Amino acid sequence: MPVISIVVELLDKPGQLLNTLEPISKGGGNIISIIHQRDKITPLKRVPVEISFSVEDQKDAMRIIEKIKERGVIVKSYNELRLLATTSVMLIGHIVKTDLSDTINRIDSTGFAEVVDMEMSMPELNRPSTAMITISATRQDKLDEALDILREICKTKNLLLVEPINEEL
Amino acid sequence: MINIAIFGFGAVGKGVAEVLHYKKELIEGFIGKYKVVAITDSKGSLIDEKGLNLMEAIKIKKNKGFSGMKTLEVIEKVDFDVAIEVTPTNVHSGEPGLKHIVKSMDKGANVITSNKGPLVKAFKKLERLAEKKGVSFMYEATVGGAMPIIKLAKNDLAGNEIRVIKGVLNGTCNYILTRMEREKMTYSQVLSEAQELKIAEADPSYDVEGIDSAAKLVILANSIMRMDASFEDVEITGITKITPESFEVAGNKNYTIRLIAEANKEKGFLKVSPRLVPHHHPLAIEGTMNAALIRTDLAGDIVVMGKGAGKYETASAIVSDLIEIYRRD
Ligand SMILES: NC(=O)c1ccc[n+]([C@@H]2O[C@H](COP(=O)([O-])OP(=O)(O)OC[C@H]3O[C@@H](n4cnc5c(N)ncnc54)[C@H](OP(=O)(O)O)[C@@H]3O)[C@@H](O)[C@H]2O)c1
Repeated sequence: MPVISIVVELLDKPGQLLNTLEPISKGGGNIISIIHQRDKITPLKRVPVEISFSVEDQKDAMRIIEKIKERGVIVKSYNELRLLATTSVMLIGHIVKTDLSDTINRIDSTGFAEVVDMEMSMPELNRPSTAMITISATRQDKLDEALDILREICKTKNLLLVEPINEEL
Repeated sequence: MINIAIFGFGAVGKGVAEVLHYKKELIEGFIGKYKVVAITDSKGSLIDEKGLNLMEAIKIKKNKGFSGMKTLEVIEKVDFDVAIEVTPTNVHSGEPGLKHIVKSMDKGANVITSNKGPLVKAFKKLERLAEKKGVSFMYEATVGGAMPIIKLAKNDLAGNEIRVIKGVLNGTCNYILTRMEREKMTYSQVLSEAQELKIAEADPSYDVEGIDSAAKLVILANSIMRMDASFEDVEITGITKITPESFEVAGNKNYTIRLIAEANKEKGFLKVSPRLVPHHHPLAIEGTMNAALIRTDLAGDIVVMGKGAGKYETASAIVSDLIEIYRRD
């Protein structure tokens, strides 16, 4: 279960915190901790509050944050405490000959995404091989960025990239 | 009395003729009396303003072939209310269908077609011309054969905005991929089998390179998504590089591989490519079937599925267009 940490800026008035916590519990999140950062009060007299909660999956977190924003609360930052977005893609072609470790390195070296799993099938020499790789990233948009990088790599290395249909059904 | 002209007398043209013959009573119940006054092929035509005997026409086509007036001359000289344009598809020039459609509309006839070429090449032009001339322009059969999608979107989903369409739009590719997965055969082995079974053409490139899917995608994007798309906008990858091992590797993660055509209005792209599809997904269909997932703003997701080709399946779409034009309340 991913753990999310957000920082909101609240006016120092009653009801403010509740206004933020409600969408979290209604959206299926479990609140783990609430830390008032009174030492970091803003010039407009808002108090930053760091709230951590866990959710079933990342999409719930995005929905919850949207709901919080809809209530007029300023969400200053949003972090997952783990790699949250994951996808599997397939590469077909001369994967080894075109330097597989370089391909993986270029994902890993982004700092926001890494190859967390790989399965290969190599038939005979000189025949195209197949690899299914699983990439995880800190956030969905970072995962998309990593996929963009992979698309470019596959183009230059003449590998077929088979992407998932991406369907939440 | 509705006078019909059929341009092109191959699998689909003959299929339509048979349906118009055998189901005459049923169809006339919907639209009133009709007759076929002209049929053409690449060499000539059969004309009878009093109405052709359609079974006889199929025999003549088989035994001695057509002669006499060619299609363009027929359009000029013969009186008809609706043209059924079922000549071969050419996605690059749109011809010969494009000229047939333009000339028929120009003289005020309604047009029904299964030919993708003219729509891929000149969708907007044809839509505008039809509007200007006050004629109907129907093309259900161009996408998905018998699978209802164009009229479904225009009628039953009217009022929705279609945001994304993902579809399996080529039965030949789907057959090849299904067999590769099931029998662990290579692409070329399955291809020869498919050619023997007449599921794939002698020159399969049009299907397996993704061109046919891309043409259908462009038609959907223009007609029911208002995307103003042209063939060149589609990023196309075919299925020729898929290996039998890829299905095994994909299967371990519970995926199969299908050629998916996607028109995405939200992200603004058109793409035909092999994709990983979860085994339980509605687009993970088998054999020569076609399917499409239509994502709308109001109705949510709609999935349709059906036979993507075949003479009667395609005739079904054409006849439903005919009924849509002339249906009496
Ligand atoms: N088959 C299917 O299941 C299916 C499904 C959906 C859509 N479509 C589309 O429907 C159309 C027809 O398909 P089909 O399978 O019937 O093709 P087909 O069997 O190859 O028949 C094409 C017919 O068009 C005729 N033709 C060629 N040039 C002509 C011209 N200039 N004027 C008049 N007739 C001409 C041919 O004449 P000859 O007989 O003299 O060669 C032939 O009779 C194609 O555009 C195809 O893409 C087919």
